[in-house]
Amino acid sequence: MSRFLLRRLPQALIVLFGVVTLAFLMTHVVPGDPARLIAGPNASAATVASIHHELGLDRSLGYQYWTYLRQAVQGDLGTSYALQGTSVASAIGHALPVSAAVAVLGVLWEVLLGVPIGIIAAYRPRGLLDRATTFGSLIGLSAPPFWLGLLLLYALAYKSSVFPLSGYSNPYINYLILPSFTLGLGGAAWYARLTRTNMLEALRSPYVQTARAKGMPESVILLRHCLRNVLSPLLTMLGMDLGYFLGGVVVIESVFGLPGVGKLTFDAIGTLDIPMITGAVLFAALFIVVMNLLVDLAYAAIDPRVRR
Amino acid sequence: MTAPLEIPQGDPALPGFGLRAWRSLRKDWPALLSIVLLVLLALAAILAPLLAPHPPLATYPDGLQANGAPVGPGGDFPLGADPNGRDVLSRLLYGARVSLVIGILANGLATVMGVLVGLVAGYLGGWTETVLMRITDVIMSFPILLFCIALIAVTGPSAKNVVFVIALIYWTALARIVRSLVLSLKEREFVVAARTLGLSHWRIMRKHLFPHLVPTIIVYATLGVASSILIEASLSFLGVGVPVPDPSWGQMIEQGKDYFQIAPWLLFAPGVCLILTVLAFNLAGDWLRDLLDPTAPERR
Repeated sequence: MSRFLLRRLPQALIVLFGVVTLAFLMTHVVPGDPARLIAGPNASAATVASIHHELGLDRSLGYQYWTYLRQAVQGDLGTSYALQGTSVASAIGHALPVSAAVAVLGVLWEVLLGVPIGIIAAYRPRGLLDRATTFGSLIGLSAPPFWLGLLLLYALAYKSSVFPLSGYSNPYINYLILPSFTLGLGGAAWYARLTRTNMLEALRSPYVQTARAKGMPESVILLRHCLRNVLSPLLTMLGMDLGYFLGGVVVIESVFGLPGVGKLTFDAIGTLDIPMITGAVLFAALFIVVMNLLVDLAYAAIDPRVRR
Repeated sequence: MTAPLEIPQGDPALPGFGLRAWRSLRKDWPALLSIVLLVLLALAAILAPLLAPHPPLATYPDGLQANGAPVGPGGDFPLGADPNGRDVLSRLLYGARVSLVIGILANGLATVMGVLVGLVAGYLGGWTETVLMRITDVIMSFPILLFCIALIAVTGPSAKNVVFVIALIYWTALARIVRSLVLSLKEREFVVAARTLGLSHWRIMRKHLFPHLVPTIIVYATLGVASSILIEASLSFLGVGVPVPDPSWGQMIEQGKDYFQIAPWLLFAPGVCLILTVLAFNLAGDWLRDLLDPTAPERR
């Protein structure tokens, strides 16, 4: 296990380094001038130049990169241009709980909807239920999530006011159910496919034949013997989704007016708030890298064949 | 005396690709549905100027009611008017062009990049492979939509930039798949033989490896168009995709979302078009996978 960690950890660090570099390059080779945006259209050249100096934008790109890298390692992602005096790290810290709540609930919906559908589909392959759920999940993964969200809003918040239309206040759970359900609905299709494929594979194995020959009830075979085989691929998908969602799902947060990391990033992009964009993108990528690493480790812990 | 070496002949009963495709289409109704949808879509996009009852950008005063709300479906506006008094059906038809052209171009570029990177990395190995695959890892670590939005924010929103940005992030998945295929292919006898004969690397990649990749590439290129169309719609929905006033389905949903209480058709029509289009490419991709490449893994 430690050998595996020793091999996998440097790999993750190299990717992380690449992520910082790319996020920095992407936002610092901008054609627009953030200093001019801050100073306003009527500012004199001297004011713009002084803001340039203040932000360190008059230094060479290499120097700016080195400074950014040095501070980022210490957890300092700089100060926002648009939200005067707010550090990028604290702004993300404030928005993170909202995104995290949507992410966790969203993954929960994916599993709750997707896995049972996959089991039902695998119970009678090529049967009517299988065909219906397979086609249904194809539609689910073809529908744009923002459109699903708007439809749900129309039906459940406007036509019948079961849920609030948009925003985020106490009781928070009311504002989280629809966004997370929208997120889960699209993703559930993948979980259903994954469960079905792995269940079918397990159903063909000799130990299932043995269990059947012993007269084991089909429900026990399905739920106790076969479902176990779905666990590790399920865990992989779950971890990767969680990492992806934690960075903020821009589209969902925008439809439901949630003040999460996605919304923060999107607003920052509108105001060319470079440190905020870089920080948020970096943060989102960090989650993905870390979750990928955790998934690999969990995989190695569950399945000894991966460890080598 | 030894028996003459038996040269294996192709099974004469095995039908050609066209016939196999046609036979499987007749049995497989989802695949047939996808082909019908794709043909309809292509016709709608090509014949948009003939089919559209109005110019897509023209605003009509009678498209709005006295209180400023858009007119509902029926009469002069078969699918209703939008909040600017433009005809929704005409905009949908022209929007099909935008979705298809951007989806196909972006994914075409991504496919070329993905195949090149995967082929070169897998075949050459060593440092080239390490560097290329680490770059792939880095790009794959970014959330797709955030990455696209940030890139478009710094390059400026335009249809051209949308194509490039989607291509720039989307080639990575195919690169990984192609590389893993090449890794196993290059150990096969015919590649070893080609190398022994002294053929150039470029020629081996082009003439000996590439043909084996074609089925997989076709499958993933088809499925990729679906994803590219969805990404374009999301970008346009967020206001960083195709700039106004040119119609795109995602952007039409964005413009309709503030009116959906009084004019739900503004959401339904472009949304249904998007679903059907993406569904058609997904179904076609699944069908091609069964037909060409039964061993290909599931996507994602």
